[in-house]
Amino acid sequence: MFTIAKREFKSLFLSPLAWAILGVMQIIFGWSFAILVYLFIRPDVQANLANDPSAPGLTSMIVGSLFDWIAIVLLLITPFLTMRLISEERRNKTLALLISAPVSMTSIVLGKFLGLMGFFMIVLLMLALMPLSLMFGGDIDFGQLGAAFLGLILWLGALTALGLYISSLTAYPTVAAITTFGVFLLLWMVGWAQDVAVLQYLSFTDHYQSLLKGLINSTDIVYYLLFIVLFLSLSIYRLDAERL
Amino acid sequence: MSSETLISVKNLSRYYGDFGAVQNISFDIKRGEILGFLGPNGAGKSTTMQMITGTLAPTTGQISVGGYDLLDHPLKAKAALGYLPEQPPLYRDMVVEEYLQFCAKLHHVPRLKVKDAVDRAIEQCGLNTVNKRLIGNLSKGYQQRVGIAQAIIHTPSIVILDEPTVGLDPIQIREIRELIRGLGEEHSVILSTHILPEVQAVCNNVQIINNGELILTDTIDGLFTQMQNNHLKIGLRRPPEIEILKQIEGVEGVELKDENNFYIQYSNDNNPAERLAEKAVAANWGLYELTPEQRSLEQIFVDLTTEL
Repeated sequence: MFTIAKREFKSLFLSPLAWAILGVMQIIFGWSFAILVYLFIRPDVQANLANDPSAPGLTSMIVGSLFDWIAIVLLLITPFLTMRLISEERRNKTLALLISAPVSMTSIVLGKFLGLMGFFMIVLLMLALMPLSLMFGGDIDFGQLGAAFLGLILWLGALTALGLYISSLTAYPTVAAITTFGVFLLLWMVGWAQDVAVLQYLSFTDHYQSLLKGLINSTDIVYYLLFIVLFLSLSIYRLDAERL
Repeated sequence: MSSETLISVKNLSRYYGDFGAVQNISFDIKRGEILGFLGPNGAGKSTTMQMITGTLAPTTGQISVGGYDLLDHPLKAKAALGYLPEQPPLYRDMVVEEYLQFCAKLHHVPRLKVKDAVDRAIEQCGLNTVNKRLIGNLSKGYQQRVGIAQAIIHTPSIVILDEPTVGLDPIQIREIRELIRGLGEEHSVILSTHILPEVQAVCNNVQIINNGELILTDTIDGLFTQMQNNHLKIGLRRPPEIEILKQIEGVEGVELKDENNFYIQYSNDNNPAERLAEKAVAANWGLYELTPEQRSLEQIFVDLTTEL
């Protein structure tokens, strides 16, 4: 399992894709972070905050908005990373190597999942430096920051699991990318139907929002964990079914 | 050669919808055997191999590898196998050495022995000159060798090679055959091919499959005896009546090829060649050719696969 995860992780860096994504994301996040910090220290904003007794703190204002934005950017980028996970192996006929090796389907799927999650951890690590840099000028709420990171990890886990499953359905990475992209957007947009409680519950983003506020709600965590387990199991079944 | 059975296949069938790609095949493979798996395109060779390696589930039937049932203990059974599919499963963006390390780890070669295993496979497959190069940049022949290296890296007791010499040049083919023959000393090998001389060159057992059914299982020696199929070819400048030839002791049938050439079929253990020659000289038939006819493997193959 870890052998597969390690290869997956390494192979990302063999192509320029991973470097490009890391670079682009760092620029985007750096820029948005700078804008947010600039907004926060503007005199009029500061004055408003000082007058409002229930004003949001530094962490909520900056980390909250930044992570909200990051989640959307990641949602746009993840399909490009998940698309090749299984479809490319199928296309290059390397899937036979994994299946004929003494490893179970579960290890193959988990290995792929963990490999990509490993890459996302690097992204998050680089990201974490930005809010942490605020420590130079003020206090940050580590509880809220932690909750936000937990939320982001779960969010990415859910995106990756779904992307992995869609990638296991096809032999064409592009098809996988577009389908994944569509499903992500749909899951995001489902939450826009404000009045329908079921759709609200199913929505991808709502569960993330409360974690951003620092609320660690078991419902939200269970939602993401169930989501991840569901799509990983579906991927395992999908690969098993291929032999039949 | 010990008689330990490494692969046993019982009543194996595989259907794609109504189409029976493989129908009710049974065979055993013992240690040290190099089995040539012959058949025309689409006969079910690859399907059978995929089922043995667990990449395809059989519709019915039982497969056990190294004493483990493939369904009940898939991981243990697969650990005894090395498999080179029709298209070598290579990651084109990896370096040869790195790829082989990955394969070794994938097959649970102990961490400390990975380096030895990789070095040995590189040595055996003659990859020394390319081990630091990207697989995607290698020629087809070298890629094929990397594929074979991948199949033998964990010293499996059985190596399964699906058409390993397709698309190679004659020199590479010869090298790869040499390699396969070497493998047969330590491992059992199943080799699928539709190139007949290849079987003659490397295998000690032959199976012919056609339309999903096994139509011949024999040793290569057995096949050679089949090839001596009791025919003589005789050339006479002044041939007599066919009836006269038929009366010679041992002759069972005479077939006219053209004016001067005849095929003579004779019964087992009673070769009339000597008598034919004596008679021909005595009667002044103008004997200029008398050769035992040998059916080639090709003919046997064609006979077997088309008579159905």
